[in-house]
Amino acid sequence: MQDAKNLKEYRKEIKESLDNDFLRNAMDKFAVAYRGSRANAFKDMDEKALIRDIADAKDAAASRLDELFEQFKEEAEKRGAVVHLAKDAKEANEIIGRIAVEENCKTIVKSKSMTAEETLLNHHLEDDLNLKVIETDLGEWIIQMRKEGPSHMVMPAIHLSRHQVSDLFSDVTGQKQGDDVQALVKVARRELRQAFVDADMGISGGNFAIAETGSIGLVTNEGNARLATTLPRVHVALMGLDKLTPKLHDALRVLKALPRNATGQAITSYVTWITGSNECAAAEDDRKKVHFVFLDNGRRALAKDPVFSQVHRCVRCGACANVCPVYRMVGGHKMGHIYIGAIGLILTYFYHGTEKAKNLVQNCINCGACKEICAGGIDLPGLIKDIQARILEEEGHPMYSTFLAKMMKNRKLFHKFLRIAKTAQKPVKAKDGFMRHLPMIFMPDHDFRALPTVAEVPFRDMWAKVQPAKVAEPKHKVALFSGCVQDFVYPEQSVATVESMKNKGVNLEFPMDQSCCGLPLQMMGEVIAAKEVAIQNMEAFEGSDCDYILTMCASCASHLKHNYMKMLGKDPKYATRVKAFADKVIDYSSFMNDVLAVEEGDFLDSKGDAVTYHAPCHLCRGLDVKNAPRELMAKAGLDYKESAEEEVCCGFGGTYSVKFPKISEQLLEKKINNAKESGAKVLLTDCPGCVMQIRGGARKQGADLEVKHIAEYMADRRK
Amino acid sequence: MTAKSESVKLFTDKAELVSAVVTEISSLDDAIKYTMDLCGKKEACKMLISGCEQNLSNKAEQLCATKTGKTIVAPALNKKETSALEKGCEENGFTLIKDSVRNHLGGIDIAFTYADHGIAETGTIVVNCPSEELRLATMISEVHVAVLPKSKLVDKSYDLESWMEGNMMKGDYTAFITGASRTADIERVLAIGVHGPLELHILLLED
Repeated sequence: MQDAKNLKEYRKEIKESLDNDFLRNAMDKFAVAYRGSRANAFKDMDEKALIRDIADAKDAAASRLDELFEQFKEEAEKRGAVVHLAKDAKEANEIIGRIAVEENCKTIVKSKSMTAEETLLNHHLEDDLNLKVIETDLGEWIIQMRKEGPSHMVMPAIHLSRHQVSDLFSDVTGQKQGDDVQALVKVARRELRQAFVDADMGISGGNFAIAETGSIGLVTNEGNARLATTLPRVHVALMGLDKLTPKLHDALRVLKALPRNATGQAITSYVTWITGSNECAAAEDDRKKVHFVFLDNGRRALAKDPVFSQVHRCVRCGACANVCPVYRMVGGHKMGHIYIGAIGLILTYFYHGTEKAKNLVQNCINCGACKEICAGGIDLPGLIKDIQARILEEEGHPMYSTFLAKMMKNRKLFHKFLRIAKTAQKPVKAKDGFMRHLPMIFMPDHDFRALPTVAEVPFRDMWAKVQPAKVAEPKHKVALFSGCVQDFVYPEQSVATVESMKNKGVNLEFPMDQSCCGLPLQMMGEVIAAKEVAIQNMEAFEGSDCDYILTMCASCASHLKHNYMKMLGKDPKYATRVKAFADKVIDYSSFMNDVLAVEEGDFLDSKGDAVTYHAPCHLCRGLDVKNAPRELMAKAGLDYKESAEEEVCCGFGGTYSVKFPKISEQLLEKKINNAKESGAKVLLTDCPGCVMQIRGGARKQGADLEVKHIAEYMADRRK
Repeated sequence: MTAKSESVKLFTDKAELVSAVVTEISSLDDAIKYTMDLCGKKEACKMLISGCEQNLSNKAEQLCATKTGKTIVAPALNKKETSALEKGCEENGFTLIKDSVRNHLGGIDIAFTYADHGIAETGTIVVNCPSEELRLATMISEVHVAVLPKSKLVDKSYDLESWMEGNMMKGDYTAFITGASRTADIERVLAIGVHGPLELHILLLED
């Protein structure tokens, strides 16, 4: 459970996780294994279509929550259950507590429920009402006895080692236990079987609440939910209103994605469908007392929010944590208050408030890995940024943020600042293009990578000289968007871009009014400034007669293409114009490989270097471009050697790496190690931000790895 | 292959992927014989790894004492099936439990049941069990033997929608069971039988 008071305290807690070798090792193994098993589970399916169908159905259900609740209540009560609606966590706990008291229950067995974690139900039942509550999901039982919160929504005890579990079980049984996992599981089987025998009440969650018949569905592997809903004479199921769905078909559809996404299983061992009050020999008149408790706690309001209602598409599979490079570094206790992972950052804000969310929401590197696999197709990174912006509005903007926003939305002022920086950096500037040492304010956590200096001459000042002669009948008319880094820091990458397409019938231009794409502003939550910059850039390119707006920075490209539409696409004043702009945006590798369609014959015949590749997040996921750069390297005669985890973030994340340097450092270290292990001595990529990060890290480590933008190699290899 | 045999093959492959044991049989006698053999090979109580050999707390230890000899539970069979099973148990010296399963929570060797349906795409058996006896039998036994008539096999979960909805209209408890009870909660190591059966045997009956 993450509840640091401020960012400094949060960073300190993160540092503790980063120093936990067991956690790091377990998370690494899990991240890699999960990716393979998920891919395998979906291999014969149209995954994207399934996710789209789930999203549509969940959106439709969210738009009529009240109606579905009424229908569920009527149908369930017809069949002998009692249905309750709790407006908040406290009320839900009180309803359940009251049922326990009225039914004279002393001992309660629970099967896993994230909603009960959300309401802190056990605290109420144990501390206020003095009832005995035993979690029966193995992982939940372990963390209950250790008095911890879950560190993963599906595998709540993933942060613990078998030795820790063995020690715990030794305490519980009063007998020395060994370290064999199979034996420990059997100990739990027997100890918990006794708990089922003793219990008067069983509490479960609910994965589905089917309005048409008033039925619930429970998805488990252990089978504890079946025992918890069968043996005790009272059954209470606690569910969020977002679990309501019109028909069984909706539930069966989600069931196709939920286990596959959660653990790579086609289906869990058990799926249990309960309708009404079933037979129970322990109850009076042989019928079980059944209560379904629905929790609002902000869900009804959320369902009406035009931006955030898609949060209700979440099926609680936990996959957004499984693929998150930050979660992998810091573990669940640092990556959520109660709900974990990307969705956890979002739900914390809505269910537990700004105070609990304000540090957490900053800890998203915006790599998009979660968005790509989300079973409900939720734009998780986008929503996290939206929440960050909301919190800035609520709490006020920090001074540095306001300052940067003011400066960056004024292009002339911003570029003037960069030109001054060129002069100001002189005392720390080394000959090789790196700063000799970092300015003191960044020390010491930021010393894991060497940072580049601002270039002598920005690309815009070179343009007149490097601009190719106009072609009379051009095949393609292209306007370059260089982005700040390739304008002011690495102008050579822009120059290489120009050279790499020589003699191919391309007319190039460089609109001088272009400025920063605005992504850093959005990352900081400065939405108004980000929007102003977007309009400026759109207008800067409206004067040019071009078919393509080409950018060699993957982050700029995905921001220009997708986020501009998000910011301006619904505004009648800009909608048509921004669409015309966004449609033209293309990344370097796609343009070269797919549009210009360069061929092997365009490149030198000699054998090229062995190279490996880093796939920028904003290219492989942001723009869904996966093959173009690899095909391009092959055509250019390079000996491409694949690295492990090529599509995992390098840890840059723009301002993220400044805010969370320790996490950035670890991601970078992994990236460089994987590249070295490929055997290549050169790493190519499609983003100057990634170049800055990986080149700076390699330099700091003294690694024998040259890092270049792919355009630089293409220019060198052209005939 | 006919459509049916394709379904049987898919079902078998998927069920075996999650360690279910699938065997094709042609009669009730085959099913009884299979179950008797299986029970015969087991050792009573200490058999398999139900937990009795572990270091348990005193209270959990007491559960072991509630079970003696070899037991088979079969609460939901028709007359003919029951008498065939009774005969088998008698010959082999096994105790047959037909009701009050609740009194045997310490453990039962084998549950013998019929599945209502099978779903080929996931290797799942579907057991409609509003009866508490049947529900408990399929959970607390160490080995679950389920007979699945081939005619009850469907390809996809969607194919069962109207049948399930019909049951749900009346009030219902239905279980999808795929393989044995499993967990990976300790260090993500797969362990079988944390709460429910340690083994699932599916007998595909030609009908």
